[in-house]
Amino acid sequence: MMNSCFNSLLAIILLVASLEVARADESDFYLKQTPGVEIVEGNCAACHSLDMIQMNYPVQDAKGWAETVGKMVRVMGAPISENDQKLIIAYLAANYSK
Amino acid sequence: MTTRRQLVSGSAILAASAGASGIIGHPSFAATGELSPPGLPKGARDSAVLDALPGKKPLIKRLYRAPNYETPISVFNEAYTPNDQFFVRWHLSNIPEVDPAEWRLTIGGEGATAPLELSLAQLASDFEQVEVTAVCQCAGNRRGLSDPNVMGIQWGNGAMGNARWSGVRLKDILAKAGLGSNVIEIAFNGGETGAVEETPDYVKSIPAWKALDENTIIATRMNGEALPHWNGFPARVIVPGWVATFWIKQITDIRALTRPQGGYWMEKAYRVPLNTYAAADRFPTQQNDKNTPITEMVVNSLITNVHDGETVAVGKPLNIRGIAWDGGYGIIEVDVSTDGGQSWRPAQLGEDLGRFAWRQWSFQFTPAAAGRYAIMARATNTLGESQVSKLIFSPSGYHNNVIQTVAVEAA
Repeated sequence: MMNSCFNSLLAIILLVASLEVARADESDFYLKQTPGVEIVEGNCAACHSLDMIQMNYPVQDAKGWAETVGKMVRVMGAPISENDQKLIIAYLAANYSK
Repeated sequence: MTTRRQLVSGSAILAASAGASGIIGHPSFAATGELSPPGLPKGARDSAVLDALPGKKPLIKRLYRAPNYETPISVFNEAYTPNDQFFVRWHLSNIPEVDPAEWRLTIGGEGATAPLELSLAQLASDFEQVEVTAVCQCAGNRRGLSDPNVMGIQWGNGAMGNARWSGVRLKDILAKAGLGSNVIEIAFNGGETGAVEETPDYVKSIPAWKALDENTIIATRMNGEALPHWNGFPARVIVPGWVATFWIKQITDIRALTRPQGGYWMEKAYRVPLNTYAAADRFPTQQNDKNTPITEMVVNSLITNVHDGETVAVGKPLNIRGIAWDGGYGIIEVDVSTDGGQSWRPAQLGEDLGRFAWRQWSFQFTPAAAGRYAIMARATNTLGESQVSKLIFSPSGYHNNVIQTVAVEAA
């Protein structure tokens, strides 16, 4: 429930952002379209573009990605549910780990 | 009118140039891997594109949001890095468009007995205007070349630039704020904020003595023009000699502190292991038993006009050019090797633009026979510090001053 609220809010934020500036177009970038990608897109893109993930491939293993996601939640304040955190870590481990 | 970006993917540009073999000897970054030097993680090379932010020429996009864009090395053949090609680095994604008429700089904090507020007009009229030429280098410049690679923005060599910064001395501003003798740090906050309220605000502090150094300024101009939006319009902090993490953009708040500045960006980020690097400047009020804030830039150099994999002509003089810089002690010598480090000869140093600027240098080399030549450059500063031959690893990929090698093929 909270997640869908958050996603709606996110959609509005992204829409406003896209109207506001003629900036470089991050929508040209796509993550690997494998299971879980929509959870990653729906959460991570609230604060940064998704090329952050590919740029850091293959820098760390699954444990490293778990630490990164944990840092985003605990330090950076990303409002990601526990369940989504698990799905995000699984996606990153499967697609962008060393 | 919207400026449309030039979008060329790293792999596409390399593939295109490989197809047209005649291009390989041409010193454009298309042919040479300048977009992403060898050593960068594969994903960083694949996701890099040439892309122009509004008001900027095409730079190497590392991250769209927050915007992190790198300057191509060929731009460093110029003594001063043009404003529209200067690298862009932000931590947080909300970057306000500042109205210069509305902008105010507040100076306060528990260590200031006479807090004040200044407009842009007051900064221009109430203080002596000064200028300093200084290298602005991201702490993480060359992170992408770290071995092993570490998480973060995977910069190549271009998260840096050299510019003439003009504005007013921070010490002159602080003199009006009535600083107590118990002030230990001066903290800065700028315009950028996170997408969610819980994200730690990007607040940084420097030691009081560094804030009171006559070279530390609040700049409103860069290379004689207003600061570009992407580089901190209308005013930013300039901390010559120190890495750019302290050079707060869109500065709005200056606070005099009697206790160390807390928060993620001071306590956890931008730190190096203790007793590991040569830098002389310390930041004792922020030090713990394991690590300490990164402060000064280490002595370093870069070959700017010859690129790895290039073909050069046998018997034809090649003028190798580059830059060298440090934390403000001054470069006294640059040595160049064309045989992979077996022998070294001094390069010709260019004009001295000030101790915080980079120093251009050049070296004449004529390949006598066909074959591979490994060109290397090594800078030394007035303290006798030089570059390292093997990376001193830092967990965040800082202070990479490994002697660069550019291999060319003479034919």
